[in-house]
Amino acid sequence: MAPYETDDSTDTGERDELRAGRRRAARYIVPVTVVGVAAATIGLVPALADSGDPNLPKITAQQLIDKVAKSDVQQLSGTVKISTDLGLPDLGGLESSMLSGATKSGDGSSADPTAKLTELATGTHTLRVAADGPDKQKVSLLENAAEYSLIHNGKDVWGYDSQSNEVYHGTTAADSSKSDETRATPKGLTDEALKSVDDTTSVTVDGTEHVAGRDAYKLLIKPKQSGTTVGAISIAVDAKTGLPLKFTLTPASGGAAVVDVGFTQLSLAKPAASTFDFKVPKGAKVTTEDSAKKATPDHSAPFGKNDKTDKTDKGLGKGADDPTVLGKGWNSIAVLETGGQGIPSGSSSGGGDLGGFLSSLGDQVKGSFGSGTVYSTRLINALVTDDGKVYVGAVTKSALVKAADAAK
Amino acid sequence: MSQAEVLRRVSPLWTFGLLRSELVTTFRRWRTLALLGVLAAVPILVGIAVKLETQDGAGPGRGDGGGGPAFIAQITNNGLFLVFTALAATLPFFLPMAIGVVAGDAIAGEASGGTLRYLLVAPAGRTRLLLTKYATVMTFCVVATLVVALSALTVGALLFPLGDLTTISGTQISFTEGLGRALLIALVVAASLTGIAALGLFISTMTSSGIAAMATTVGLLITVQILDQIPQLHALQPYFFSHYWLSFADLMREPVYWDDLVKNLGLQALYVAVFGSAAWARFTAKDITA
Repeated sequence: MAPYETDDSTDTGERDELRAGRRRAARYIVPVTVVGVAAATIGLVPALADSGDPNLPKITAQQLIDKVAKSDVQQLSGTVKISTDLGLPDLGGLESSMLSGATKSGDGSSADPTAKLTELATGTHTLRVAADGPDKQKVSLLENAAEYSLIHNGKDVWGYDSQSNEVYHGTTAADSSKSDETRATPKGLTDEALKSVDDTTSVTVDGTEHVAGRDAYKLLIKPKQSGTTVGAISIAVDAKTGLPLKFTLTPASGGAAVVDVGFTQLSLAKPAASTFDFKVPKGAKVTTEDSAKKATPDHSAPFGKNDKTDKTDKGLGKGADDPTVLGKGWNSIAVLETGGQGIPSGSSSGGGDLGGFLSSLGDQVKGSFGSGTVYSTRLINALVTDDGKVYVGAVTKSALVKAADAAK
Repeated sequence: MSQAEVLRRVSPLWTFGLLRSELVTTFRRWRTLALLGVLAAVPILVGIAVKLETQDGAGPGRGDGGGGPAFIAQITNNGLFLVFTALAATLPFFLPMAIGVVAGDAIAGEASGGTLRYLLVAPAGRTRLLLTKYATVMTFCVVATLVVALSALTVGALLFPLGDLTTISGTQISFTEGLGRALLIALVVAASLTGIAALGLFISTMTSSGIAAMATTVGLLITVQILDQIPQLHALQPYFFSHYWLSFADLMREPVYWDDLVKNLGLQALYVAVFGSAAWARFTAKDITA
């Protein structure tokens, strides 16, 4: 026997060799089994964890809405996942570089909350939220090896962008942008949605579900009117505290949710006090609110993304800067006068290349109002006429054109 | 009979003897030392570059929106961040490449050198030899990561101030806790490399050419890194061994965000189990001809 033969294949003879060959092949069962077990675990564990909906006492829609209204959760910390799929053309880095270019040109800080908020308008993001009473809140946007935190402690509002090590400082008295960030939580969105509940809306309780390990009722809000692009809004409300845990907006056209915001993890314990302490890190560039205001004169001016968030607000039934509103309920259409200059009609006034680029993204339409361009997303459609009027709403394209015709 | 008993009693110690001789052989190789030297040089280069860049007082990454490896904007304010930057810079390529070279060489190198049969003459058994080889590669993972971390810490301490540091969530932690986190991060980075180490060992049992095994391992690494960048493959990407590598940065959040870290460690454990057992199946049944 040669010394280098293995200890377990010492047999000689043909029959033994065959057996050894079989034993050899049998060894590969081990890695194959490991792969199989892993695949089964990955496939089965979520299915097992999702062990049916919780049994909760029956409740009427009105009782549930009251529960949400009365909900007074002061202390919480958790993780929120936000997925937005407005069906906008995916410009990826181009869009954000355009945006950062726009803010940079005004010497704005990347730690400015308004600049960061616009990032939430596309894709999937993970936020961490913590709150301890009305004076202490923190929202952090988790990025790749970086984080953007917005901390409200007492009268101070700090924005910290760890990637660029820049700090934004404001005070609560004057700072309105803070509410924009908190509006991105399920609670904020639910408040907006419930504001729009009137006779054009049907509200029902649609069973129960588990969200972030908690039992929750599902509140279903559906527009009764036709012509809107909103299919339904589904809100998971915590059975114990009445805190909205999950907010899902599905478009009438079907498919994936346009907005899906929900807690993936939630604790109602008091967060550590140090969470809300913020000291300006050494060497960080600090932008205070006043100088930021001066430096970036008009936030609504830059293209694309800022518009989107405004539109989203309107879609939830909240007029932003007092525009004229046509129609009622879900079919409301906001009309904005941009002052004779349509952004996108391809003329150089719209910002050179960008103007032409923007108009290529829309569809040209004509009607008795004249002609214009329709920009459509899965939720919001906007008609920009060549004479500079903008019609925006969570309504179908034809409803926009009809409204424009009627307004003429 | 008594002789056999002596042998049996000695055998567990013998495993350590085998491991020790393997470690000594591996770390005495010029190739290994050169790899460690390259790894140690990366933080030095990054440190000097940041120092030169910021001598006029401006922070790095300003104006370009904070490009470059993670944490690079904070280095000038706290040298400890150089540890994180250096690990973030070496983890995608330098570290796994070094691991690939050592792991790929583990069995195939012995085979091509004609020394494998002599290793097997010793009454260690193939399984134990394989385990010893894998333990050696894992040790190299830890040593390589620590070399990067220590080199970065030294350079960071020499060139930049140290002190309390700000986590990426904006909260402050003490320097001691920062050091603790740096050590934890180094260990997580080392653990992130166990997957490719097992893969390299498996490839190493497939061939008798050390060069072929190294090239295949490093080639696979590059391929996976490229595939991980292609958005159309997003359904597959969570199963790539490199997908969650940079999740170690989550240890710098306050509180620590564990989701991706746990996914990373679980994925590495899966790779170790699959390719470790595949390497065992291959190696214990292989005809050793060289």
